[in-house]
Amino acid sequence: MYPTKKALLETSKFIFLLLSFLVLMNVSAFCAVPEDPSYGAPAPPTDLVVRDVPNDAGGAIILHWDPSVDDVEGNDKFIGYEILRSTSPDSGFKVIGTATAGSTELTDNQTVDGKKYYYIVRSLMGSSIAEAWPVGPVSSSQQWFNLGRINSFIALLILSTAILWYIHRARRGDTLFIRKIAGLEAVDEAVGRATEMGKAIYYIPGTQDMDNVQTIAGVTILGRVAKLTAQYETPLDVPVSRSLVMITAREIVKEAYLNAGRPDAYNDSMVHYLTDDQFGYAAAIDGMVVREKPATIFYMGAFYAESLILAETGNSVGAIQIAGTAMPAQLPFFIAACDYTLIGEELFAASAYLSKEPKLLGSLKGQDFGKLCILGIIIIGSIIQTFGIFDFTSIFTVQ
Amino acid sequence: MNDLIWVAIKFMFEKLLRIDRRIIFLFVLIALIVPLFLNISQHIAISPEVRDIYDSLRKLQPGSRVLLAFDYDPPSAPELQPMAVAVMKYCFKHNLKVIIMGLWPQGPLQANLAIESIKRDKEFKDNPPIYDKDYVNLGYMTGNELVIQGMGTDIQRTFPRDYLGNPTSSLSVMKGITNFSNIDFIFNLSAGYPGTVEWVLFAVDRFHAKLSAGNTAVQAPQVYPYVHSGQLSGLAGGLKGAAELEKLLGFYGKGTKFMLSQSFAHIVVIFFIIVGNVAYFATRGKKKK
Amino acid sequence: MRREIPLIITGVVGFTYIIQFFIPHWPFNIMEHMLTDWMLIIFAFAIWLGVLNLMKVSLDRISKRTKDWPYALVTILGFLFIVIAGFFFSGGRRFLDPGTPFDYIYQFIYTPLSATMFAMLAFYVASASYRAFRARTKEATLLLLAAFFVMLGRVPVGDAMTSFLPESVRLSKFADWIMNYPQTAGQRAIMIGIALGIVSTSLRLILGIERSHLGSD
Repeated sequence: MYPTKKALLETSKFIFLLLSFLVLMNVSAFCAVPEDPSYGAPAPPTDLVVRDVPNDAGGAIILHWDPSVDDVEGNDKFIGYEILRSTSPDSGFKVIGTATAGSTELTDNQTVDGKKYYYIVRSLMGSSIAEAWPVGPVSSSQQWFNLGRINSFIALLILSTAILWYIHRARRGDTLFIRKIAGLEAVDEAVGRATEMGKAIYYIPGTQDMDNVQTIAGVTILGRVAKLTAQYETPLDVPVSRSLVMITAREIVKEAYLNAGRPDAYNDSMVHYLTDDQFGYAAAIDGMVVREKPATIFYMGAFYAESLILAETGNSVGAIQIAGTAMPAQLPFFIAACDYTLIGEELFAASAYLSKEPKLLGSLKGQDFGKLCILGIIIIGSIIQTFGIFDFTSIFTVQ
Repeated sequence: MNDLIWVAIKFMFEKLLRIDRRIIFLFVLIALIVPLFLNISQHIAISPEVRDIYDSLRKLQPGSRVLLAFDYDPPSAPELQPMAVAVMKYCFKHNLKVIIMGLWPQGPLQANLAIESIKRDKEFKDNPPIYDKDYVNLGYMTGNELVIQGMGTDIQRTFPRDYLGNPTSSLSVMKGITNFSNIDFIFNLSAGYPGTVEWVLFAVDRFHAKLSAGNTAVQAPQVYPYVHSGQLSGLAGGLKGAAELEKLLGFYGKGTKFMLSQSFAHIVVIFFIIVGNVAYFATRGKKKK
Repeated sequence: MRREIPLIITGVVGFTYIIQFFIPHWPFNIMEHMLTDWMLIIFAFAIWLGVLNLMKVSLDRISKRTKDWPYALVTILGFLFIVIAGFFFSGGRRFLDPGTPFDYIYQFIYTPLSATMFAMLAFYVASASYRAFRARTKEATLLLLAAFFVMLGRVPVGDAMTSFLPESVRLSKFADWIMNYPQTAGQRAIMIGIALGIVSTSLRLILGIERSHLGSD
């Protein structure tokens, strides 16, 4: 039995088609463009959360997303993310920012309060992109109180209340104990020494301007010292580094001389400007000290690196030196080179200490109450943190 | 005879107690100058704080943006300039894009001096850093910490032009940079206020930037609390910090060179302290008798 | 009114600064910038007051031939030299541009002079240390020992001297420990005290309790 012609033809057709198919498959396998990973689409970022930036003046929305699974260390082809924004969920998306690989957050600072926005975050890898669905609507707004700073607000309230309470007690007539501060007890002795020797007193109120609280504390003490020099007729020289300090110091010294009944002894040239430049100022004062050899030098205010240069030069001419600063880095230099040093808060206490005014002394007690509170917090916090009860330090984070 | 010897010794110690300070100055001068002519290598131990800076730099990929904040002036340059040069050399060698700015007026000028010295270095002579390809200098901006706050919102609005007067938006290094979230690393060189403390309070606490710092030796103790709290990712303090950074980054310079002088000077100071104390106890002991 | 008006201004501006820290809403969010800008403008104009005073005092000294009047002459000549070089000899460029006479003065006169003054600290630290670090009391002895270990530990010589010890207990590690723990604790304590002092002084100024800076008790 032989196959018919028709059967042979059909079989040949089938074999031909099969062979063609196989050949084509292989050809296409040879000719196909090899799959390049860089053209493969990356995975999109996930879990995009958009919200108004809290505790701000509006105009900002924060976006947070979980990174794409392709955003891993070592994958150099992953470029980063693009952030798009629109006022409609369906269309009109425009790129408003980019984020590098590894980023999971971006703040859009160009929003209009009250307007609704939709966001898309897409991954970029090579020339491929992948994006998730738009998220929104969200709008930005202003807040009336920065809740991230509530801890500072409470601390300020407690401290201010304590200060005002003790001022009230002092005004009422309660006696408040203030310990002796050696540097301030020595002010009279220092001025007296200069008077006996017939030499000048130099008063250096720091190198910063009137916006610095230390400078204000310094010129306040100058008033007390000027009153003494007016009474004892001791020459006083106040070289300053800032123009506004010169103006203020002149007023204070003039008033001190007036109150001491010696307005005739006051001269504008007692308080004079040298230069704003830090080392120019130090060089000028060094020159004056070496030539004039004052008997007493006061350093009261904010100082930087020039502190030791000034103090050592003063020591070399045998002057009695009383320093006071709240610059922690300069305190060791003053302690090493000066006869007396007011450390940190003692500078701020000096005005109250020298005047003995009840309302000023009361504020010192309030300060001490604040310090007591902080001591308690440190002890309690150390115990809580050591035993891992909870994250105590997070209470003190200020936004 | 013993009494005579003791009187002579006491006289010598009393003279030592009141030694003319110029003699101390002379010894310090010799201790500082002589090592410059010696070729003694020292082993520089690396502190964990400086290693943190190195680790932070190593994690940066080529093309990353590094902000260098120059907050110092010429008097602090001996300590901070070597740090600046070492970090900039590392950035240029590893194709990290450098953005320079300063909160002190002389800061960006110091940056220019550092770049000029890098261009003269034999390692970079054939391939010097190119402006607006490898680095840009945005210059000085007044406002202290408010500048940092402004940069946290919009750097290009805070610095609309670079120090040459070009619009910041036209600079290729600044492309795509809006605020600190587009900056991969900040290195602050600080000698006082405004400086590292302000960068920590504003850039790190408010805008979560990654920050390391180089400070003068006097300033560094004040900044240590921020390293321990994790707000600062590393700190290089003083000339020793500069020498450590140079060693880690592989660019030996003035930091390493001048460490020998510092070593000798410290030894001289310690010698005088010991002599002073011996003299003090010797004369005090006699007085008690 | 001469004292009352400054007190009122101090109080209003002080409270504004405090309030704007806690209230981000407009107009408080712009107040800090606005007040800081005003302050910078005032400081910028105030520089002229100082310069004019310096010139006046120096000219007085020269005209009256007071003691050390040549130094006053040097002050005036130095001031005029830099101002004239900066304004009139920049060749059309900005005076800060590289290559101008002002830039030359900055690089080769001002910078070395500043660096020299700063470098004097090295010598003064030595003489101050010699005088101050005496073991008079227990506390002074502790201070002396801390200075001793930190000074040696901060230079490679310290490690070279203790090279026979394991690396974790060499002088540099001990110096690091002193800087990281006792020193940091002390700094923090001083900073806490200073912060409280600043709050107290500021409150006194804002409320007008402290008036000495206005020239009255």
